[in-house]
Amino acid sequence: MAKLVIKNGRVIDPASSLDAVADVAIEDGRFAAVGPNLDTTGCEVFDATGLVVAPGFIDMHVHLREPGFEHAETIETGGRAAAAGGFTSICCMPNTAPVNDSATVTSYIIERARRHSPVHVFPIGAITKNSAGEELAAIGSMKNAGVVAISDDGRPVMNARVMRRAMETARAFGLPVIDHCEDLHLSAGGDMNEGLQSVRLGLRGIPACSEDVMVARDILLAELTGARFHVAHISSRNAVSMVAFAKSKGLPVTCEVTPHHFALSDDQVVPYDSNYKMKPPLRSSCDVAAMIQGLAAGSIDAIATDHAPHAGDDKMQEFEKCPFGIIGLETAVALSLELLVHPGRISLTKMIELYTINPARILGLDGERGRIAAGLPADLTIIDTEFGWTYDVNQSFSKSRNSPFHGRKFRGGPAATIVDGAFVWRRDT
Amino acid sequence: MAAGLLGIEELSRPEIEAILARAKDFQHTENHAFHKLDLARGKMIVNLFFEASTRTRTSFEIAAKRLGAEVLSITAAGSSVSKGESLVDTLNTLGAMRPHAIVMRHSASGAPHFLSRHLPIPIVNAGDGAHEHPTQALLDARTILDRRPTLEGLRVAIIGDVAHSRVARSNIHLLSKFGAQIVLCGPAPLLPRELASIAPGVSLTNDIREAIRDADVIMMLRVQLERQHETAFPPGDYFRFYGLRLEHLNLAKPDALVMHPGPINRGREISSEVADSQRSVILNQVENGIAVRMAVLERVLGQGK
Repeated sequence: MAKLVIKNGRVIDPASSLDAVADVAIEDGRFAAVGPNLDTTGCEVFDATGLVVAPGFIDMHVHLREPGFEHAETIETGGRAAAAGGFTSICCMPNTAPVNDSATVTSYIIERARRHSPVHVFPIGAITKNSAGEELAAIGSMKNAGVVAISDDGRPVMNARVMRRAMETARAFGLPVIDHCEDLHLSAGGDMNEGLQSVRLGLRGIPACSEDVMVARDILLAELTGARFHVAHISSRNAVSMVAFAKSKGLPVTCEVTPHHFALSDDQVVPYDSNYKMKPPLRSSCDVAAMIQGLAAGSIDAIATDHAPHAGDDKMQEFEKCPFGIIGLETAVALSLELLVHPGRISLTKMIELYTINPARILGLDGERGRIAAGLPADLTIIDTEFGWTYDVNQSFSKSRNSPFHGRKFRGGPAATIVDGAFVWRRDT
Repeated sequence: MAAGLLGIEELSRPEIEAILARAKDFQHTENHAFHKLDLARGKMIVNLFFEASTRTRTSFEIAAKRLGAEVLSITAAGSSVSKGESLVDTLNTLGAMRPHAIVMRHSASGAPHFLSRHLPIPIVNAGDGAHEHPTQALLDARTILDRRPTLEGLRVAIIGDVAHSRVARSNIHLLSKFGAQIVLCGPAPLLPRELASIAPGVSLTNDIREAIRDADVIMMLRVQLERQHETAFPPGDYFRFYGLRLEHLNLAKPDALVMHPGPINRGREISSEVADSQRSVILNQVENGIAVRMAVLERVLGQGK
């Protein structure tokens, strides 16, 4: 493959504490060199002057809906949306049909992704068979087939004993356990965050406490078992405090937050608009502030989208009947810039860390992903922090249209996405 | 989005006053017996009830007919809804028949709000889930104002399953806009603490005696078993702690009014002696329902011009 040189960009690689204007040379799909004034003779050159060049972004929490729900999303369309959002790697949750609870399904996803997805896809396996919460799935076989973590996302394991066994098994196989922390008894029937808004609108509430009690349980189980435990889409201030406490005790506990949980609070919900319905629900403004603070303080390790496509007619119903979840791959970087970097709450370097080396470390991918170093696969996310644009969900690469950010004006976002040395997406200029 | 009447919360005080004043014109008096008017002649109203209702549906039907409108009532059982048609498709189908207004009751909070974003026909909310029941609050206000010069400063106790009550929410918003003091009372699991900040002038108590003390108006709520998804309070204890009995009335103002949106469960939330007492204005509420709904329909149909 011919050489490609990304010329004159501000190269930020948090893993190696690099932040300098430099060139990045790529050869045969791998990084060849990083430095000033690299020779470009005979190379394809991408002028990155004024742009930020970062390691390829990793979204460790997406739903690709394939196999089983291809009317809402496929590995191909989800992969395209990821590329357009600046992501070079995504991790897909196992709640497909069939559930990814076996090496067969894992291999199927990996093979489909190899053929059809422009970005790398790393499957996450189920914790229990059919994610029913009772019997452990074939965790070891899935690990051999390529899963990078286990999770029963969306159908959390309620039985603490089963979770204990899962953590023990995951530890032995070197996998992190990702839990969607929700006590299903406390949250039963809820449609939005429990608070003044849910009471006003006559909707049943999901108390933040339903998240907190499970985060507490799982931290204690992680201590008991020695497993690496990762909280999916953290959303409550108490949960962030508990993760910070666990870290202070030296436990291998990490967490991610979604852009919508640091961008929107429950008092911004458009009444009965299902584009504002997701789990965990949009929390109070105090919780939103705690997310931003947690990101700045380091208690929150990663930003992940929980991209959850749903077909239009599923979201065109009475609010209480609509499924939970919104798409998020194409708006994540812009929301992070808008709410975190531009207001000075975190540095651009910190934002990049939250999307690159941190999730790579959680998933055990940091040997190859999440950093820029000669010899590693050349995944890059190139960002323009300044250009103005408006999100039009009808132009989305996703098959679904469920986003509360349609029509939102942004400053900055991804400019180009490079996977294994090849452009998989470029912003029209 | 066409203007209908979705809730009290978004109405201004003058708008409410206008409806209440107009409703007075439509009230039955001794020298002014009901007769059919032609204020809404040539208009077609569809009553679409996805939830069981006798009094509200009948009341809206009579109100429409008294205004001279054509009215068609559809209930979920026996309609295409029971064949699995989605709410949006049902409404679009009805919308294509070009009625001038749709009166709708649905078990899901916000169902009419959701539809009004997709349908150009005005929707009158006849009760949505646990959210609002605006015409009930209007008729309650009309009933109080037939007996009191103003709502301002009145102490109104609303007692029962407040959490699941759309009647309570609409009344809270209305009474608050007029400067009443509202005391909400019920078993703790049915009285979320957030209610204290839902509108100005609202306070909470779990003690029925405290709620009733010096009350000008006592509004009892029906125990909404169909909306409770768990046994939040032992049924046997409910009447003991939250049932309105004659002995309670001594705590209230001497001329306090007792109201109930119906249907009443005698011996569950209210004793027969109270329901049938001189204090009770329950049947006046039903009567006022027609006058208020005439005023609402006239207003909504007028907007369509």
